[in-house]
Order: sequence, then structure tokens, then C-alpha cells
Amino acid sequence: MSDDLIRLSAADLGAKLAAGEVSSVEATRAHLDRIAAVDGAVHAFLHVAGEHALETAAAVDAKRAAGDELGPLAGVPIAVKDVLVTKGMPSTSGSRILEGWIPPYDATPVTKIREAGLVPLGKTNMDEFAMGSSTEHSAYGPTHNPWDLERIPGGSGGGSAASVAAFEAPLALGSDTGGSIRQPAHVTGTVGVKPTYGAVSRYGSIALASSLDQIGPVTRTVLDAALLHDVIAGHDPLDSTSIPETWPSMAEAVRRSDVSGLRIGVIKELDGEGFQAGVRQRFHESLDLLAKQGAEIVEVSAPHFEYSIAAYYLILPAEASSNLAKFDSVRFGLRVTPDGGGTVEQVMAATREAGFGPEVKRRIILGTYALSAGYYDAYYGSAQKVRTLVQRDFDAAFEQVDVLASPTAPTTAFRFGEKLADPLSMYLNDIATIPANLAGVPGISVPAGLAPEDGLPVGIQFLAPARQDARLYNVGGALEQLLEAEWGGPLLGSAPDLSTHELTATEEGAL
Amino acid sequence: MARAELMDYDKALELFEPVIGLEVHVELNTTTKMFSPAPNPANSAYHGAEPNTLVSPVCLGLPGSLPVVNGDAVRSSISLGLALGCSIAPSSRFARKNYFYPDLAKNYQISQYDEPIAFEGSVEVELANGRVFDVPIERAHMEEDAGKLTHVGGSTGRIQGAEYSLVDYNRAGVPLVEIVTKPIFGAEADAPELAKAYVSTIRDIALSLGISEARMERGNLRCDANVSLRPRGAEQLGIRTETKNVNSFRSIERAVRYEIQRQAAILAKGGSITQETRHWHEDTGTTSPGRPKSDADDYRYFPEPDLLPVVPSAELIDKLRAALPEAPAAHRRRLKAQWGFTDLEFQDVANSGLLVELEETVKAGATPAAARKWWTGEIARLANAAGVDAASLVAPVHVAELAQLVDSGSLTDRLARQVLEGVVAGEGSPQQIVDIRGLAVVSDDGALIAAIDEALASQPDVLAKIRDGKVQAAGAVIGAVMKAMHGKADAARVRELVLERASAPVE
Repeated sequence: MSDDLIRLSAADLGAKLAAGEVSSVEATRAHLDRIAAVDGAVHAFLHVAGEHALETAAAVDAKRAAGDELGPLAGVPIAVKDVLVTKGMPSTSGSRILEGWIPPYDATPVTKIREAGLVPLGKTNMDEFAMGSSTEHSAYGPTHNPWDLERIPGGSGGGSAASVAAFEAPLALGSDTGGSIRQPAHVTGTVGVKPTYGAVSRYGSIALASSLDQIGPVTRTVLDAALLHDVIAGHDPLDSTSIPETWPSMAEAVRRSDVSGLRIGVIKELDGEGFQAGVRQRFHESLDLLAKQGAEIVEVSAPHFEYSIAAYYLILPAEASSNLAKFDSVRFGLRVTPDGGGTVEQVMAATREAGFGPEVKRRIILGTYALSAGYYDAYYGSAQKVRTLVQRDFDAAFEQVDVLASPTAPTTAFRFGEKLADPLSMYLNDIATIPANLAGVPGISVPAGLAPEDGLPVGIQFLAPARQDARLYNVGGALEQLLEAEWGGPLLGSAPDLSTHELTATEEGAL
Repeated sequence: MARAELMDYDKALELFEPVIGLEVHVELNTTTKMFSPAPNPANSAYHGAEPNTLVSPVCLGLPGSLPVVNGDAVRSSISLGLALGCSIAPSSRFARKNYFYPDLAKNYQISQYDEPIAFEGSVEVELANGRVFDVPIERAHMEEDAGKLTHVGGSTGRIQGAEYSLVDYNRAGVPLVEIVTKPIFGAEADAPELAKAYVSTIRDIALSLGISEARMERGNLRCDANVSLRPRGAEQLGIRTETKNVNSFRSIERAVRYEIQRQAAILAKGGSITQETRHWHEDTGTTSPGRPKSDADDYRYFPEPDLLPVVPSAELIDKLRAALPEAPAAHRRRLKAQWGFTDLEFQDVANSGLLVELEETVKAGATPAAARKWWTGEIARLANAAGVDAASLVAPVHVAELAQLVDSGSLTDRLARQVLEGVVAGEGSPQQIVDIRGLAVVSDDGALIAAIDEALASQPDVLAKIRDGKVQAAGAVIGAVMKAMHGKADAARVRELVLERASAPVE
């Protein structure tokens, strides 16, 4: 029974909860048991709030018993990326500098999931301040890919993706600044969505790059992502960049999936050199399936995408260098006092020296340099111009097609340490995902199969014009249905059985 | 530089032309802060709150928090910009000014940089001698204030030498408008006075708009004065200094004058001026160097990505423009006529920077003459003795109450001065002080008559003189009665009663 519960989709679990076939406490306990059994090996969680989760679940059960009208995900457990602040729960953003800090408030997406009756299980691991593509930059050790524990689960949201892939949670929240939701989905055989910039409030999301960050769903099915998307999206007066208009139901878009006549543009620049053969193969097979259902596949060009990474690695560090300035020991978090005391400047410097990891320092230095007088125009200014050009590429492409498609990332999951010494090759992981962040358009990564050469998951990415997130759920839902019919079930059904591992349980509050 | 080393002011003006530039920060009195829902301590309702009680995650810069622009602050800023004769930008942007300092919660200040909300204006400023200047305004932009540091230990109260410092984030995020003038040429010897009169005019404007409490002693209004000198006939501007910590109208004038004399002394000896921030010391009347200002100051400005551009509609701007009160210069002309003051009387009030106080006092029920008498007389004297601005000593409503107590005969002028001292000491309103101290004039004729009869009885010769028609002899009796009444009697009434009693039939 317990094993059945953890393998259910969130939609199905929600239905069982609504039908009274299972209680939220049972469902929550099943997931906590699973976490206890496998997270020693996976290390998806930085903090498991078991007691709190069971209390929340009991409260939802009580509401249901009292006849309250509840949403479709009420009582369903969820994992929350540690980038989101949670009242009464540690929120470190994967950094030593925030160790022990307990926020006095909830991020808006967390408030929304609580209001919808979801049950937060704990906080998931991530690259420090979301800087990375492998979780190897987490100050608390990496998360392991449930498909192969020697490999990276993607990043920065490797913890959220792995928690879902390892059946520790049916749903998770992630954040995507350059691919941190989509690339982990790609390497873990899960679904990840980066909504339109401004669709989900950033209030309470520990900022990496304010103009690029977006919170989104991490799930095993497209419908689950849509249901979670419907919960977290919407205008928030606390975030000035949040879009004021209301949204159509994403879940409806999945349920009414129909790709006949849909024009799908294949981005020429993201389908060739540098992409693993098996990744390309599964990508084209997916397109063929969609074509058979009546979708029209056309090639489009986005000539400025090749400058995306360069522009991104100026804009992101520039904003991050400023966003991360607040971590100075004065009001919260780590404080390191030099031997024999020191001035406040010396304490700030010592704290930042000890509290930030090497990748964070690298980007703060990059960003500080890019914003410096005399360099601003050449670096930050030029990068913003490239950003405009990338946006124009999207505009031009979306005049020809309804959605764009590409492999989500160039390769399947790499081994730990493989790219750690070479930041540039690490950065190249995000070549296909970054343009969407630069332009603010939404993107989804859906499992496309296993690469024949290494048997590891591959994802396909769809991109839509800003505010047309529903198109992603339409095409994603359709493809998922077609592929699962071919595979005879979900891709994750063929993932290794983690319960054979000898594991140590994580305890409440353990990191 | 010790005052003795300064160049004589007239000599300095003979050799050099002073050029000044003024930066005035106006704290807006909106209910909440610039970017956060926390209460605004620059609103009088929240003044004097305990440290770190007027805060939210936003003003503490907690991880994940985001700023949201306060619409009221934008409207106030537009009104102020319009009152300064500025154009209002159809779209203006916030930027981040990055620097590390413990009073700056996020270690960046949200300000406006290359796209201020208001630009290119001018303000009419009138000096005591009747000269009228149009001070050119470069820009007015919105920003947030920093928190407040209190340095504990050490002798100077400054960060150097302090044992530790306390931070109060109540002020962090208070809405500010910074008004920057263009270089002001041609003021010549009047430059220090113009600086003072300009800030006073800004205060008048802010008060007339109702957008700020505008009290310098509370930091609602702060002025940084830039001063440079160039040799007579020279084209190129001299190197400037920026004097901070000028916290009263009086010190603005003194600080500018001091800088002119200091720089002149250095330049005349062939020295050069260091471009720097200088700190004004009220006690010694001097400035000392602060942080050197150089190109090395790199604030790494970039557009604030958490906020959208501010795009006020043309309708809003028109509406705010239509609602603008009179300009201070026009306002003065009207007041002068209404109050019936002579040129000299009006100048006296205006030069003391007390127009607003007078207006408030008249509004609260005093006659213009009485209001003028108190503000330019006793209150100015007390302020001068304490070295503070008169406005900071007492509230206009209290002055009006005092004047009314005198007019109604409840207080003599002498008693009223005692009551005023009580008000200044913070003992309460005039009426409360009258009640507490028992200062009211004895208006009970019975008590006065008893005292008069006693005095007359003890001075029979005086009684005889009065009866002989030597009325001036009554003075001795009046004096004795006033003494017996501890001064709390109306001398005129006592005189009336003395004459009445003296002429009464002998019993």
C-alpha cells in the first residue's frame, strides 16, 4: 500500500484523497518513510520537516472531514527547493552563509501551496544560491541522480528533481534562472516547467538574478505540473514584476491536449554540434510522433542564441553580485569574527570569505567587474543588447510557429567531478535553456526516453511566447501520452529500484 | 582650519567668486515607507518609535524580500517636482547604488540614477535685502533612506574610535526626495544667505504641499552644501567640497561662509583644494575632512531589476499640477497684504524663516500682530540662546494658545513668558502649565481689594495723597499689591481698583 501511494501521480493521489480512499496523513507518512529509506543515498533533502508535515496533513484531513471544499491537490505532499523561504523551517539556498537562519515569513508560492492544502515535506538541495548545473556546488554535499547514484541530478534544482524521481515526493517546487528546473528534469526523467517571467511571484525566493529567476513546478507528469502551476501562478502585489492578468487553467490545457495543426519550430542552432547523439535521436523521434498526430514541424533559426551564454554570464553575475551583498552577517546568518575581533568591514569580509563557496565567489567577482565604472557599457550594457536580440529572435520565430522545440540539454547526466574543474563546460549545459530566461518566455522539459548509448534519461524542451504557458502543457501533455503508449508506461517505471540500497535515514532537521 | 587662519570674508570675495550647489534631502511623510509596508517614522504619527520596531522583511533586507514602490511617495515626489518648476519624466527608473555599510540593509540603496522623476526646474528665492534669485534645479529624484547608526564609546560619536555601533533600521527605507541644484553663480557675498534661504524655501514648499514634516532638527530636511571658488576672471570652476551634517538653517549659512573663507585662505597661499566630503561641527563652527571623494567611488549603478519603471499618466500629472498650492514667493505677497504688516515687519518674519510658523499660529487663532510679537520676540530670543531654530522650540498651536491667554487677560506678558519657558521645557500646553504652576492672573476682585485695603491701611500717607488728587502716588500701592499677589495680577486692573478704593468714603 505504502509503495503504491508513493508511485501515484499527484493528480491520482489527490483523487484518492478526495474520494476518502486514503488520508493525507497516510500519504505523507508513506513519503516520509520513503525519504527515510532512500534519501541517505539520494540526498535530495537538506531538511525534512516530518512532524510539521504530519501536522499539516492531519489539518487537511480534518478540513476534509468537516466537509470543506478543497482543491485537487489538497493533502498531497510536496518538496520545496531551499531557495524559497519557509516560516519556521531552515532556508539556506544551499549556502553555508545562511546556515541556521529560520525565516520569519513564507515565500508567496509557499503560502499558495499551503492555502491549497499541499503538505510541505521539507527543503531540497541545490547548488549554492542556485549557481550550478549539478548540485555539486551545494555547501551541504551533492544530490545523487536516482538513475545512477554516481551521476549528477542536474542543477541547480537537483534536489527537487531527484526527490520526485526517487518517489520521495510527488511534487516539488523549483526555481529556474537559466535552466535550473528544466535541466534537472532532463537528466532525471521528470517534468519541469519554467513559467513566463512574472507568472509566479518571486517574493520569498532568495534572489539569484532578479530579471531571470522564475519559480515553477517539478513533477513526474505533465498534468501534475499543470495542477501545481495553477496553484502557484497569479498576481502578487508583493512582487512588482508579477503579471497582473489572470491565467487560463493549465490543467485544462493538458486534458484537452491536441497537437493537430500545431506548428512546432525546431531551433536550428540547438540541434547539432555539441549535442549527444542519443539526445538528438530521442528528440527527433518525439517530433516524429507529434508530426504523426498532425503537428507541423518546421525549422527556424535563432541566430543570436549563440551569444546567450556570454550575455547570461554577464547579466546573472551582475545582478547576483548586488543581490548577494546583503549576506554580511549584520542581520542574519553566519557571522565570522577574525581572530582578536575586527571592524564591521573585517567581520563582513571574513563572513563572506568563509560563508560563500568558490562558484559564488567567482560569480560575485565577475558581476562586480561587469558593473564597474568604465566597464559597464562594454559588459553589462552589451549583454543587455544581446538580450534584446535574443528576444527579437523569439519574436521572429513565434511569427512562424506556435511553439519551439529543442533538446533540453546537450548531454545526459554526467559523472560527479567531470565538469567541476572546468566552469565553462559546466555553463554550456544550459545552452538550450538560457535563451528562455533572457527573453522571459516559458519552457517545459518532458521526458523523451533513454539515450541508447548510456541508458540515461533525455528530455525534450518546448518554448512558447510569453503568457502562452498553456501551449506548453498542450504539446507536453500530448507527447507524454504518445510516448507512454510506446513505452507501455511512464519512463520512471524503468528507473532502478533504490530500495535495494543500504541506507541511513535522514532525521528531522538533519542536513 | 582654526577660525583664526581663515581669510577675511570681504577679502575672500574680493579675490574669488564663490559657486555653490545644494543637495537637499526631503523625507516624505507617507504612512508607509518607500518600498515596504512598514510604518514611516518620518510621518509624525510614528515619530520617536522604539528602535527597530518600524520594520518589515523588506526594510531589513531579509533574503527573498522584494521592494514595491509606494504610490503615495511617487505622487508626493511628482508634486514636489512640479512645485520646483521641473518637468516630470513620462518614464523614470530606479537603480541600485551598491556599497557596503552596516546601516544599509541590502548593501545597496534603491535610488534613481540616470532617469530621475523630475528634472530642469527653478525656484524663486528671496533674500533679506530684497534680492530675488532664481535657483536652477538640476533634478529631483526618489530614493530610500538608510538606517541610523549610533556609535558607542570613543569621544567623537563617530565610527572611528567607537567600541561598537548600534543600528536602528526604523529609518531604513524612509522615502526621500533628493533635490539637486545646478551650480549657482552670481550670489557673490550673499552666497551663504542664499543657501539658507533656498533650503528655507524648499521647506516652505514641502510644508505647503503637506508632503513632509520638514523639520531640520529631526532630519526631515537635510542639506549638503557644495562650495567652490574660482579666481576673479577665471573661466574654469574650482574644485569643490561637499559639507554634510548641516542640520539647521543657521548652520547652512555659517558652513558655506566658513568654506568660502577656508578655501580662500588655502588658494591664496598657493595651495589646492581637495575634492572631499567635509563634516560641519556646530560647536566649533568649523568643518573637518570626511571621506575623500574621488573617481574611485564606484557605486556600480544598474537598473533595479525588482522594480518596473515609474510611468505616471499625463492625467495624474495634470491633476497634481492643478492641486499645487501657491508658490512661496506669491504666497508671501498675499500673506503680507492679509496680515497688514509693514515691509520691515514682514522682512523681519521672513528672514527669521518663520513664515510658516506665523501662518500656522494665525490659523490656530492668534492675531497676526500677536503671532509676530511672540515668534520674532521671546521665542527667537530663546532659540538664539539655545542655538537652535525657533521652529523646533514650540508648536504654533501653543503659541496661539498663549497669545489668546494674554488677549483674554488670563496672563500678563510677564507671566506668559514664564509659561512659554514651560512649554519649551516640554511641560505641556500653555493652559496646562498655567493650571499646574498656578500662573493665572488673579482676576478675583475680592482678593485684590483685600490686598489693596491692607496696603492702603499700612500706607496712610499714600491714601491721603491720592485723595488730594496726586494720582501718581497710587504706584506705591500698586507695587505692594503686585508683590503680595506674586506678580499674578493685572496691573491695570489693580490701578483701577486702588483709585476706586481710595475714593471710597472712609468707614
